[in-house]
Amino acid sequence: MDLNKRNSKRTAETAIHAVFLLIGLVAIACVLMITIYLIAAGIPAIREIGLVPFLFGKRWASTAAEPAFGILPFILTSIYGTAGAIALGVPVGFFTAVYLSKAAPKAVKAVMEPVVGMLAGIPSVVYGLAGMLILVPAIRSVFRVPDGASLLAAIVVLSIMILPSIIKVSAAALDAVPKDYEDASLALGATEEETYFRVSVPAAKSGIAAAVVLGVGRAVGEAMAVMMVAGNVANMPSLFESVRFLTTAVASEMSYSAGLQRQALFSIALVLYLFIMLINALLNLVLKRREAK
Amino acid sequence: MLNAMAPKRKAYRLIMRALMLFFTLATFALTALLVGYILARGIPGISWELVSTKPSYLKETIGILPDILNTLYIMLASLAIVLPLGVGAAVYLTEYARSRRVVAAIEYAAETLSGIPSIIYGLVGMLVFCQVLGLKTSLLAGALTLVVMNLPTVIRTAQESLKTVPQSYREGAFGLGAGRWRVIRTVVLPGSVDGIVTGCILSAGRILGESAALLFTAGFAHALNGFFKGLGSAGATLTVALYVYAKEQGEFGVAFSIAAILMLLTLFINLAANYMSKRLKRRIES
Repeated sequence: MDLNKRNSKRTAETAIHAVFLLIGLVAIACVLMITIYLIAAGIPAIREIGLVPFLFGKRWASTAAEPAFGILPFILTSIYGTAGAIALGVPVGFFTAVYLSKAAPKAVKAVMEPVVGMLAGIPSVVYGLAGMLILVPAIRSVFRVPDGASLLAAIVVLSIMILPSIIKVSAAALDAVPKDYEDASLALGATEEETYFRVSVPAAKSGIAAAVVLGVGRAVGEAMAVMMVAGNVANMPSLFESVRFLTTAVASEMSYSAGLQRQALFSIALVLYLFIMLINALLNLVLKRREAK
Repeated sequence: MLNAMAPKRKAYRLIMRALMLFFTLATFALTALLVGYILARGIPGISWELVSTKPSYLKETIGILPDILNTLYIMLASLAIVLPLGVGAAVYLTEYARSRRVVAAIEYAAETLSGIPSIIYGLVGMLVFCQVLGLKTSLLAGALTLVVMNLPTVIRTAQESLKTVPQSYREGAFGLGAGRWRVIRTVVLPGSVDGIVTGCILSAGRILGESAALLFTAGFAHALNGFFKGLGSAGATLTVALYVYAKEQGEFGVAFSIAAILMLLTLFINLAANYMSKRLKRRIES
């Protein structure tokens, strides 16, 4: 091959390498873009309202004659709602995952895998619709409250929505436990159940923890389903009260907002983003610990 | 053996087994009821008129053809953009990258992206694509927002399948004098089509179900448009239409019909994804 041709081939290779590098960097650029835009859009309103009145103010009345922009109700609702969804969803998901990973016959597994996949694939507006028409009336008649659209309805919907990720991730962690551990435990005379819950589960505990953290992230970030069942009034959280989450606070006023109100919505999104980043960091910590082991 | 067991251990055994069975059954029953309820209430309302017309105020009829088309347009446009980006990033990560730091940074960024809630994508998409880039509220702005959202899924699945191409194939091709790009084009990419298709199906599923990210980027209109005109104008996808009909207009019949259609499509997409990932797994094992 003559030298010129080889040189041009090398330049072409270098150029292609550069193109792929640029494409690879798109993901980083996207994260930076999202972070920068959220900070730039979220800071002005916080400056004007003041950080403490914004975060800890108990009253949100963005369109009143004397507007108030306190988002404590949203923050607390998001925290309570997520905690409730975790308290309800994690036990169900955990026991299901142990059963599917360890004890279930092949036929049951073959049925449950697509079932869990289906639960994960159902669009959130469909969850919202079912919640609106089954859950909300049910809560109204069972608890005899004037309106069933409440924090409780949101908690139940969220707990179902986080089920598939909890089941999938915990089951994957349980599947990865070395068979030797279980065999050793069984050989020592432990029953199957004792083996699963006292040997396999502790061995997979960081994976199960990761599943819970993932569930927290899902619940904190869900908007549409919650918007359809939680009632959307900016109350302080209470189980049978109509409430607004951080996500729904952004979504419900965005389309008609203007001025400081609009800027405050971006600030809420920034707070939500910080929450999610915190959860992500926690998730990474849990996963790193597993790798280190 | 069992008789010799202390009652406390026997109780533990029974309780744990009962809990496992009960909650698994509960998960199954919940899903079956939910799917059954939606299909039972939605399917009777699906008619040829519903899926083949647009809403008419004169005749007071609702048709969801525009919403079906909008969903299709958004899906096509986002996939057309996200596939080259995602697969390209995966190729860079597995074939080119030498520095561990760069790989770690890109993977961390992708992980971060997959944890961000869709409402935040919607908000930033509105700021960046609709306002800064001047696309206004349009299907294209919605599609671009979904590109960012689905990037991590495509990168991850493509990366997994690129790793299944045996190193010896690459070495063989290099040994014959092929350059890196030629090896990627003729050996690596054809060998990882499965994973790329899987990523494509998973993304399609997410796009089908997404609503919060599209509310403020793609809008609510129900106009009947061709592909290119459609991309430039606002439009509701099936999920957004469902939300508007159920929450704002109280048209529950139509909402349920859309929900049933979404459910059937999700079922179909899940089956396809399962089939693909089984094929992929078989290849990894062999």
